[in-house]
Amino acid sequence: MEKRIRVLVAKPGLDGHDRGAKVVARALRDAGFEVIYTGLRQTPEQIAEAALQEDVNVVAMSILSGAHPHLFPKVVNLVREKGMKDVLIIGGGVIPETDIPALKEAGIAEVFTPGTPTSDIVDFIKANV
Amino acid sequence: MSNEKIQAGLDKYNASVEKATAKFPERPNLPEQRLYTPLDIEGTDYADEIGFPGMYPYTRGVQPTMYRGRFWTMRMYAGFSTAAESNKRYRYLIESGATGLSCAFDLPTQIGYDSDDPISEGEVGKVGVAIDSLADMEVLFDQIDLGKVSTSMTINAPASVLLAMYIAVAEKQGVPADQLKGTIQNDILKEYAARGTYIFPPRPSMRLITNIFEYCSKNVPKWNTISISGYHIREAGSTASQEIAFTIADGIAYCEAAIKAGLHIDDFAGRLSFFWNAHNNVLEEVAKFRASRRVWAKVMKERFHAEKPKSMMLRVHTQTAGSMLTAQQPNNNIVRVALQTAAAVMGGTQSLHTNSRDEALALPTEESVMIALRTQQIVAYESGLADVIDPLAGSYYVEALTNKIEKEAWEYINKIDEIGGAVAAIEKGYIQKEIQDSAYKWQMDVESGAKTIVGVNKFQIEEEPPKGLLKVDASVGVAQCKRLAEMKSKRDSDAVKAALADLKKACQDENENLMPHILSAVRTYATLGEICGVMREVFGEYEAHVNL
Repeated sequence: MEKRIRVLVAKPGLDGHDRGAKVVARALRDAGFEVIYTGLRQTPEQIAEAALQEDVNVVAMSILSGAHPHLFPKVVNLVREKGMKDVLIIGGGVIPETDIPALKEAGIAEVFTPGTPTSDIVDFIKANV
Repeated sequence: MSNEKIQAGLDKYNASVEKATAKFPERPNLPEQRLYTPLDIEGTDYADEIGFPGMYPYTRGVQPTMYRGRFWTMRMYAGFSTAAESNKRYRYLIESGATGLSCAFDLPTQIGYDSDDPISEGEVGKVGVAIDSLADMEVLFDQIDLGKVSTSMTINAPASVLLAMYIAVAEKQGVPADQLKGTIQNDILKEYAARGTYIFPPRPSMRLITNIFEYCSKNVPKWNTISISGYHIREAGSTASQEIAFTIADGIAYCEAAIKAGLHIDDFAGRLSFFWNAHNNVLEEVAKFRASRRVWAKVMKERFHAEKPKSMMLRVHTQTAGSMLTAQQPNNNIVRVALQTAAAVMGGTQSLHTNSRDEALALPTEESVMIALRTQQIVAYESGLADVIDPLAGSYYVEALTNKIEKEAWEYINKIDEIGGAVAAIEKGYIQKEIQDSAYKWQMDVESGAKTIVGVNKFQIEEEPPKGLLKVDASVGVAQCKRLAEMKSKRDSDAVKAALADLKKACQDENENLMPHILSAVRTYATLGEICGVMREVFGEYEAHVNL
């Protein structure tokens, strides 16, 4: 049997808005992925460590506070430093269009903004893992 | 017309509908019932259930004349960057006709960390203003007369500290505490259930809240000591009935805690206020406001045996639904907010914040905030909606829907009672799970097309990325840390140490009211992080368990 795709859904930073993260987590689970949700207020170190421990294929982060320019790249660096070269890292939340090129430059494979159907995220993961 | 005659007419009508729908099928996903008649509100006793404005059970509103005397308070939630920047925005809003202030704090402040704490990195000044100490609070309210303005502060876990800072700033302005008007959100239960900015576990959190009730009833009598909030529960995905049910269940828990701490219901219940969401479905929202007042009045009278009318009145602040704003075609949001405003006004809110069109993208620009405030002013002065009290009363549909939402709310409240109250229901994850399930259903309905969101899953267009969004500069964090370091170098550090040691002792004694100790600490310019740090040491921190 083919190994199921494992996804870590993570909330870096201090914001408590996890409606999106939880809805995405559930949609990914319903799509057949194995999903681990970190809960709120995770530091980049905690997220990278969880990704390693859980041996995930994907890290999916959500931020609604505006801290993404600082925190998303930090997670990418730590995940790579821990040797997870192939882990797909994606992000979502209230993220202005103009911030997206810099996030992609920093190693975020795709950024999903408000209004994205969860099926787009499922398709993206299937196509890129 | 007798019921028999109405029924006969209805039968005839239903027969005609059958023919019509055979030819022209109705749209899918509509509410079950297409038409409402007097039969749908047959058992509703006007005098007992609907009544009159300013009278029990307050279905029609809490004041006798509602907006015929004075409009609702137009209160725009604002705050970002530094205290100085936010002070400028507040003064701009007051000059533009806003009639109350509403402070947004950044996340480190909301979770009790100073700006120089490593965990605050990237968050300082982002979703609200950064407040580290009394020094920042003095700048935030510079040239704003705290004896005149009413101020709402969206602060929960560290509400006691921010309130103490506000009282201390007022002292410096020469305004006595008993003249202060405003609200602290101070609703920790919904933080565990929906919003996420908790610090301490439920028990010490409930103690802090009852300490505030007690302190304010004696010293800051015009202050609304809590804003029991359904807003965030709705934002997290709940239905209208769940919003009011879970919130009223939280309200019951606060009353029980206060009574257990020795307070009398009529000494604090009049200062409890609520916070509702104004969502997209206009008539459902109006019914929700009406039902919520009726449920709360009954809870206070029948369950807590309150005697003062004020204790039974559900007074409410409202905010339009942020989660219903779309990033696509953002100008469409102006229309959504106008409809939500109409719902809140027809629902009889006491104050209102209207969201700005660009908030699915970033913090709002000044121009967007102006449109949002003007929306309220147009509804107030031009639409006629504010001229007659509770104008939708007597609509067969709205009355039936009010009854239905009330019934659903009672079912949830009873269920939560069976679990052991709101605190137990949150600890068991029941409320969170109910909210998550509703949120997921909403998303799936949007994705399947069962629900249409204009510009998102229908009527999409190719768009240019929006221009001119507000950006909080990363340098804000650096500047704020520098300010904090300067303040620390100037203060009397022995006084700070002594005040913090005194606070720690008070925290350890469950019978001690913490407010005077927090106020003393704040006056020495002890920082928010230092004060919350002491409380963290004694009380510990809450850890959430999530079941997807």
